[in-house]
Amino acid sequence: MVLHRYTLFDTTESTMSIIRFNAVNKWFKDLHVLKDVNLSVAEGEVVVICGPSGSGKSTLIRTVNQLETIGSGEIWVNGQNVIDPKTDINTVRADVGFVFQHFNLYPHLTVLDNITLAPIQVRKQPRVEAEALAETLLAKVGLANKRDVFPSQLSGGQQQRVAIARGLAMQPKVMLFDEPTSALDPEMIGEVLKVMKDLAHTGITMMCVTHEMGFAREVADRVVFLDQGEVVEMATPAEFFSAPKSERAKQFLQQVLSPMH
Amino acid sequence: MDFDFAAVRNSADYLWQGFQYSLSLTAFATCFGILFGTLLAMARLSSIKSLNWAASAYVNLFRSIPLLLVIFWFYILVPLMTGVQVGAEKSAYLTFAIFEAAYFCEIMRAGIQSISKGQVAAGYAMGFTYGQNMRYVILPQAFRNVVPLLLTQTIILFQDTSLVYVVGATDLLGAASKVANRDNTPIEMYVSVAIIYLVISFTLSRLVKQLHAKIAVIR
Repeated sequence: MVLHRYTLFDTTESTMSIIRFNAVNKWFKDLHVLKDVNLSVAEGEVVVICGPSGSGKSTLIRTVNQLETIGSGEIWVNGQNVIDPKTDINTVRADVGFVFQHFNLYPHLTVLDNITLAPIQVRKQPRVEAEALAETLLAKVGLANKRDVFPSQLSGGQQQRVAIARGLAMQPKVMLFDEPTSALDPEMIGEVLKVMKDLAHTGITMMCVTHEMGFAREVADRVVFLDQGEVVEMATPAEFFSAPKSERAKQFLQQVLSPMH
Repeated sequence: MDFDFAAVRNSADYLWQGFQYSLSLTAFATCFGILFGTLLAMARLSSIKSLNWAASAYVNLFRSIPLLLVIFWFYILVPLMTGVQVGAEKSAYLTFAIFEAAYFCEIMRAGIQSISKGQVAAGYAMGFTYGQNMRYVILPQAFRNVVPLLLTQTIILFQDTSLVYVVGATDLLGAASKVANRDNTPIEMYVSVAIIYLVISFTLSRLVKQLHAKIAVIR
């Protein structure tokens, strides 16, 4: 009986939502950057977070693995409360891949070593295994022939694809993307988005801050619209793009979707 | 006036011994200094107040006292504290290691601070501990960035090792001065020794220049 109830509880905690924000607030000194954010991401879901610059999107996604701390509230990731000081944040982070706007590959290591470093050091995976996985992932992101070069020898788009492979090498339950295409030249955005689309179709949970509305429309299960630190709207892409409810979302969409000139 | 440079050749073995001591003192102080200096730098950048304070105090103390004084200090203090007469040569190892660590600390601190926040975040996002992040991500890059500074400090250190002659240690200068007194050949000995210091220091500083250019290309 007790066992049964425990199983029931466990199911609601971990399989229903893999990430959950409960009344999250954050301040930078006087600036209230996240205002009472409640949000949950189900396993396998692809959630796109959009909003004007300075709306707190990046801050929000960085709180998931505690690259940013929060002022109040709770954040649950994989059934663990990341705010709880008793939680080992490193084990939470190991299961959460993070792709940065500026790639942040390790410049002193080759592409292969960039990808295998964490699996070997954190997961204690044997080197041979880690390298085999790294090569598979490199092939997936279309860079099989780049395993021995250094990041500085790659274009921005290639670096970002390596960064995605690096995140995936930890076999994470969730992948977080913080404006992965914002630092790229226009002609390189497509190659990165393609990798991300392929990834979305594998069924991995994704949370993605991006201005690429085409990507959101095509692969997102849900779009979250953030403005001034508040979740203003949460809807399916179909609803959000065709019939935004709030005035702020309408304005935002007008700006990002219509050509500037 | 006649110069008798044969005196230099005749005492070559003794000078060579002194030179070897100078080199080994430099090497030891550099290795220990970088190692301990790196730990000090991590402590200085730590968010733990007490650690931060202790490391700052250490660095400020040794950077505010003349090296010559520290050499005297240790020469007198070490036998007093340990009760063992270790001799001038051995006490100088300790002196230089401890003194130079303060300078190497400041270089390594600059190196660590030169690493972008993004690199640090990328390490933590992978699940690295502080130690792993330092070891695999931050320190290798920091070290590479400051190699020219570390080498420059080593050149200064090599020249400074000549100060140990004041406590009677037989380094290169000490050996030369002893021979000079014995044979009354101060000019020959001091000129020869000066040339040795000059050649080594100058060659090393050229190397630093080349390294600088190379690192600039890599960046």
